[in-house]
Amino acid sequence: MGEKLRIVLVDEKPERSSDLALALVSEGYEVVARLCGQDDLRARIDALSPDVLIVDMQSPDRDVLEDMQSIHRDQPRPVVMFVDESDRESIHAAVRAGVSAYVVDGLKSRRVKPIVEVAIARFQEFQALRGELASVRATLAERKLVERAKGILMLRRALSEDQAYQLLRRTAMQRKLRMVELARQVIEMEELL
Amino acid sequence: MSLPEKPDLVLGFTPLTDCAPLVVALEHGHFERFGLRVTLSCEPSWANIRDKLAAGVLDAAQMLAPIPIASTLGVGPLHQPMVTALSLGLNGNTITVSTELARSMTEADPQGMATVSGRARALARVVAKRRAAGAARLRIASVFPVSMHAYHLRRWFASAGLRADRDLRLIVQSPGRMVAELEASAIDGFCVGEPWGSLAVARGSGTSLLATHELWNGAPEKVLGVRLDFAERYPETHLALVCALLEAARWCDVRENRPRLARILAAGGFVRAPASVLELSDFHVFHRYAANFPWRSHAIWIIAEMLRWGQIEKPLDVRAAAASVYRTDLARDAASRLGLSVPLCDEKTEGTHAGPWETAGTSAPIELGPDLFFDSSEFDPSDLIGYLARCEATDLRFPLEELEALQT
Repeated sequence: MGEKLRIVLVDEKPERSSDLALALVSEGYEVVARLCGQDDLRARIDALSPDVLIVDMQSPDRDVLEDMQSIHRDQPRPVVMFVDESDRESIHAAVRAGVSAYVVDGLKSRRVKPIVEVAIARFQEFQALRGELASVRATLAERKLVERAKGILMLRRALSEDQAYQLLRRTAMQRKLRMVELARQVIEMEELL
Repeated sequence: MSLPEKPDLVLGFTPLTDCAPLVVALEHGHFERFGLRVTLSCEPSWANIRDKLAAGVLDAAQMLAPIPIASTLGVGPLHQPMVTALSLGLNGNTITVSTELARSMTEADPQGMATVSGRARALARVVAKRRAAGAARLRIASVFPVSMHAYHLRRWFASAGLRADRDLRLIVQSPGRMVAELEASAIDGFCVGEPWGSLAVARGSGTSLLATHELWNGAPEKVLGVRLDFAERYPETHLALVCALLEAARWCDVRENRPRLARILAAGGFVRAPASVLELSDFHVFHRYAANFPWRSHAIWIIAEMLRWGQIEKPLDVRAAAASVYRTDLARDAASRLGLSVPLCDEKTEGTHAGPWETAGTSAPIELGPDLFFDSSEFDPSDLIGYLARCEATDLRFPLEELEALQT
């Protein structure tokens, strides 16, 4: 079994990292810190000397972490988990989920893989939630644009609300455009005129 | 011209003014003209660009010139063969320090501040004073361990006897955060691509010390990187991509287009900085002087720096490595499709031309730009061993003889 692996999470999203930390702890791992860009990353990581770093790919701190290699030139140094090319599938899954992992050189990949898999699962779940939220927001924003375009047509062509809506719909179909795209064009034209 | 095998592509870029050719190729429909449907993906770090390209999430990307070489050689945490057939431009970075550090430098050596080499000496005096006073080392940031920024800084430091890591802390910070870090006194200076140096100056928080073309005029900067297996599997797609970006780079290079370029970058939200600082300086070279040609001598210079600063652990055949990444053959294919003349040779000596000069091209002679180094040094790519032997400061990891034995 060996010693417990010491894990540090670097993530700008505290909800996600606390969620991931709980999941890892329940699997028997030790999460020694959750950090974000505000912390002096180099100093903190130097002091903590973790075995595994799980890093959010959206974090601009990734480049700061790349530099750890030059700090640890003569010590065991972190290598990105993608170095082990035996499993391209899991590399792909990690990158798609937005997870990157740095692992101390010499650590067996079979010891690290389960950790990364937990991280991927948590990141995917978070992504899915975000995705739903984003599409709800997009729909709302699109509806507002269509409303504005409708208002413009009602005013300019003295149409009823229903007539304006039908005109937009018909024209969109004829031009093979989505309603919202046509609405955008109407608004842009109105701003020009 | 055959149709691209893979018309739908995702291209990675970082928010810097020299992402211009990618943005212009998109906005002006150059990708479409070459049969491509391209999505641009803004990436927050160079590490992301490298890893996403390696994993195939990105098909191609704007990259720091040393990244495809480092990935191919396994320098850094990833080992993935990559190639480039297009340089996206020359020059473009500046070295900026806090107004406080600039003041100390002027106090330490007022005459020195008049020249680029003198400013390095002024910095060395400040470093010595701080050491005597027991103050912490200065923190200067580059953008990535393998970057032109890091090599420019290391060479400039070395010219005044300063060693990065020993005399000052050379750290990494992402470009978009440089100004904030400088203002928070978390760093004392940085070398970064535009507009971030100009922004620090415009906000009054930084003093510009130099633009990197003053350290090496016509230095390589960014390239279009793809995976080797992508280039082999989708040759027409790769060529179409290079052609579209060549057209865009040509447009970006025309001085009259630069105000419009600034508006495009600002309006599209590609670079989140005020339009006033996005106007490109003349030192950005996007096309003229064969700026898009992936000179193997540039790759050899970069590998020499990786060797010099201890980033490469084992001896290697440098010229063969440079040739495997910098694909001049593919660059010539693309240029001939557009009827552009490209250099006939793959390498050139650097540091010997004070003004524009001419070289033989595939269809017509080509004007090349000035290429002097600030310290009057020369770089002859066919004498790498001599070059490294002359470097005073070096962290070479093995005896020079072992390297010499492998050169072809």
